[in-house]
Amino acid sequence: MTATSVGAPMTASQSSRWSPLLKIGLLGGVVALYMALVGIMTALASRMVITGLISLGQIILLSIFIMFGYMAAQRAAAKQARPPVAWCLVSGAIAGLIISLFLSALVVIAPIINLRSIFINASPELFKLLTFGQGVPTGLYLLIGVGVVVGLLSAGLFLLPDRLRRAVGMGLVAIPIVSILNSSLFAGRGISPAQAALVFGVGLVITYFWQPARAATNRRFSAMPTQQQRVLATVVYIILGIGVLLLPLLGPYPAEILDTVGLYILMGLGLNIVVGFAGLLDLGYVAFFALGAYTVGILTSPEIQWIGVQLTWWQALPFAVIVGTLAGVILGIPVLQMRGDYLAIVTLGFGEIIRLIFLSDWLKPLVGGSNGITRIPRAIPAPAGSGLSDQQMLFYIIVAGILVAAFIATRLKYSRLGRNWAAMREDEDVAQAMGINLVRTKLMAFATGAGLSALSGAIFASKLTSVYPHSFNLLVSINILAVIIVGGLGSIPGVIVGALVLVGLPELLREFAEYRLLVYGAVLVFMMLKRPEGLLPEARRKLELHAADEA
Amino acid sequence: MYKKFRRRVTGTQIVMWIIGFLLLGGVIYGTVHTLAAGAYPPRIWLDLIVFGLAQGSVYALVALGYTMVYGILRMINFAHGEVFMAGAFIGYFIATALNRAELLERYFIPSQLLIFIGAMATSATIAVLLERIAYRPLRRAPRLVPLITAIGASFFLQYTFRGFFGSGIKSYPEPQQLKGTITLLGITILKTQALVIVAAVIMLIALLIFVQRTKTGRAMQAVSEDKDAAALMGINVDRIIVITFVVGGALAGAAGVLFSTLFRQVFFLTGFIPGLKAFTAAVLGGIGNVAGAMLGGLFLGIAESLFPNLVLDGLGIPAPYQLKDALAFLMLVLVLIFRPTGILGERLATKKA
Repeated sequence: MTATSVGAPMTASQSSRWSPLLKIGLLGGVVALYMALVGIMTALASRMVITGLISLGQIILLSIFIMFGYMAAQRAAAKQARPPVAWCLVSGAIAGLIISLFLSALVVIAPIINLRSIFINASPELFKLLTFGQGVPTGLYLLIGVGVVVGLLSAGLFLLPDRLRRAVGMGLVAIPIVSILNSSLFAGRGISPAQAALVFGVGLVITYFWQPARAATNRRFSAMPTQQQRVLATVVYIILGIGVLLLPLLGPYPAEILDTVGLYILMGLGLNIVVGFAGLLDLGYVAFFALGAYTVGILTSPEIQWIGVQLTWWQALPFAVIVGTLAGVILGIPVLQMRGDYLAIVTLGFGEIIRLIFLSDWLKPLVGGSNGITRIPRAIPAPAGSGLSDQQMLFYIIVAGILVAAFIATRLKYSRLGRNWAAMREDEDVAQAMGINLVRTKLMAFATGAGLSALSGAIFASKLTSVYPHSFNLLVSINILAVIIVGGLGSIPGVIVGALVLVGLPELLREFAEYRLLVYGAVLVFMMLKRPEGLLPEARRKLELHAADEA
Repeated sequence: MYKKFRRRVTGTQIVMWIIGFLLLGGVIYGTVHTLAAGAYPPRIWLDLIVFGLAQGSVYALVALGYTMVYGILRMINFAHGEVFMAGAFIGYFIATALNRAELLERYFIPSQLLIFIGAMATSATIAVLLERIAYRPLRRAPRLVPLITAIGASFFLQYTFRGFFGSGIKSYPEPQQLKGTITLLGITILKTQALVIVAAVIMLIALLIFVQRTKTGRAMQAVSEDKDAAALMGINVDRIIVITFVVGGALAGAAGVLFSTLFRQVFFLTGFIPGLKAFTAAVLGGIGNVAGAMLGGLFLGIAESLFPNLVLDGLGIPAPYQLKDALAFLMLVLVLIFRPTGILGERLATKKA
């Protein structure tokens, strides 16, 4: 490889090195135009990250420059023993230049051809954001200048030694994260430039010194006797557990976000059994969630008279789980013989049928039709005078539910049943030939998953104190699917990470809500193409997915 | 054969048969009840059938895309409904632009052609991009992987259109020439419905000729029969797959225009439910089977239009049209359970690809 960097081959690589760079630049330009026109930048423009200086919309713009500048530098250094420093920097700058030229063209041309009559986001606000509020001639120079400089800097970032690069990257990422947490949860606004510098510095320093420290800690931990390791792990878990239990005390709004994330974790754990363990892609998972919520609603709400009883939430809970589990078996029977994609479509059909039936006038006297059921009691009402909100109390129920679900999932995973699921997931015919009863194994997966989904439905009903058919559309199933796929199919910690990333972050950024499904869709495609095993992969699945690459 | 069949009858199948007979009984009881009560005059039934035909021919056009892709790649192109929606959107933009320039009514036929060509080209482009970016790298991946990708792509496209063009429902312009009714063989039909049926039938026939008579069409059949053998026979499989996506996408784009002519509404979720129904139609006809998809589409369209009044009304269910979509999904579930082969076609639902 080193031979190519000297002598005659130089001329050949000279001409061929422009075309990949141009490709990266063009791709970056298209991505930037897409992000601008789809409206993400303008939607986030009002959220200041560094007060008075830069908004989240502009952060998105900058991160496009950074990403493609970095990629250009990476490309320039590809297959070279030592990165050609000057060429890397030039590549980064050129990529930034091409992207900013695309955006400048948009700013100039859009008003002339009245682009806004088609693309609703080609608005003056967008142009103001792109020109940094400076108007057409000055702002354009500024945009191009920023593009070139940021592209150059990110190429420089690429050239830094590994340890320093990670530290700088972490410092940069820390600024928007801290700012968003600060503005969403506490102050309602971003951080000041001085604070941003502080956050950057702290992030940089901690990451820089943490990297060697982490390796040393790992070494020391693995050198310990097993007994001691166990004790240490228990202590860490207890501290983490106490930390989690203290979380809702941050306030009612953080508690509400935590509740939502927790419910998704709970549902994710259930769906993970069906999709991750047993390999049955169930897109109608929301149906069991709905059944659980409606069972609680019917049994507890004073609005529903025909059933003749009115239970408390706790008395209704077992019924909800039983109804959900039974429904899992009943809906599971017809689809026993279907495989893969057909199963997905049929379960999707079931989910929609159940929602449409709850919505229709036909069952209105029984389940309230489109008006839903209201006045559902809360599971644990907040004690009067304690200053706590109901949402804060609910968090503890959700945590209890998650613990139960995680316990069931881990125990099942390595049980005989769990191994049967894995075998069935790999190859049904072989599994059957090995004496696995497919009917029972599949139905157990559907039933367990459905039971957990119904449990979260019951908690959900108590969270809102009402149920409406609109809460149970297909998108919920898709959200949960995205959560478990991002986390890693079959991986239990993965579900938690997936829910925190995909549900927690958008909850913090309310103005982002419109783009949530856009991002989920992109994330699903991206993960399948680049990292099908997820962020926190399960060991066996990672092996399976990468065995194919090597073969 | 018979012995094998007998051994295969299990408890679950018996349960399923019971469910099936209960449902069938319900259908017959409801139908008889409605007809005996004579709640609707024959005129209404006729209107419902014609409307069903119109909407069924749209389903048929979309179903072809599902069925051809399934035939060749053995995957459900979940995002096909969004390809259809893209066609509807582009058709809407061209139609409103022409309408604003007052050309839509003055040059009726050229402007309709322009709308169709624009929509078909856009949809075909999107379908090809999908194949290139999202599906091609995953051709050898485990089966669930491309399906999840397709679901992701479907949502990505929906919300991209929402971001680009807004979430409002746009009303499709209706030129003078399509208002009112015409009378054919003593049957009065809305002009829009007549246009939809005629255009769809022309395209369906063209597609049948393309698939069965041209060299490329035969190559498509060969690839769907056996990819490796086709490659050995000198067929460029990648090219045929791209052509399949082009043809399927173009038909979906045309269907998008017809759908918006029929319902005069376009918005970013336009493609979702019709997409699922078209998939149902493809399954009804026997997935992988081109003629089956056409039949399935027409059957589903008519069933969806007739059944709420014919069956549910007789069962005493109030506001039966609310359950129209539920009926379509129920039919999908029932077909997959009781006759996964569809009306025509081979058994694929339980077979592993």
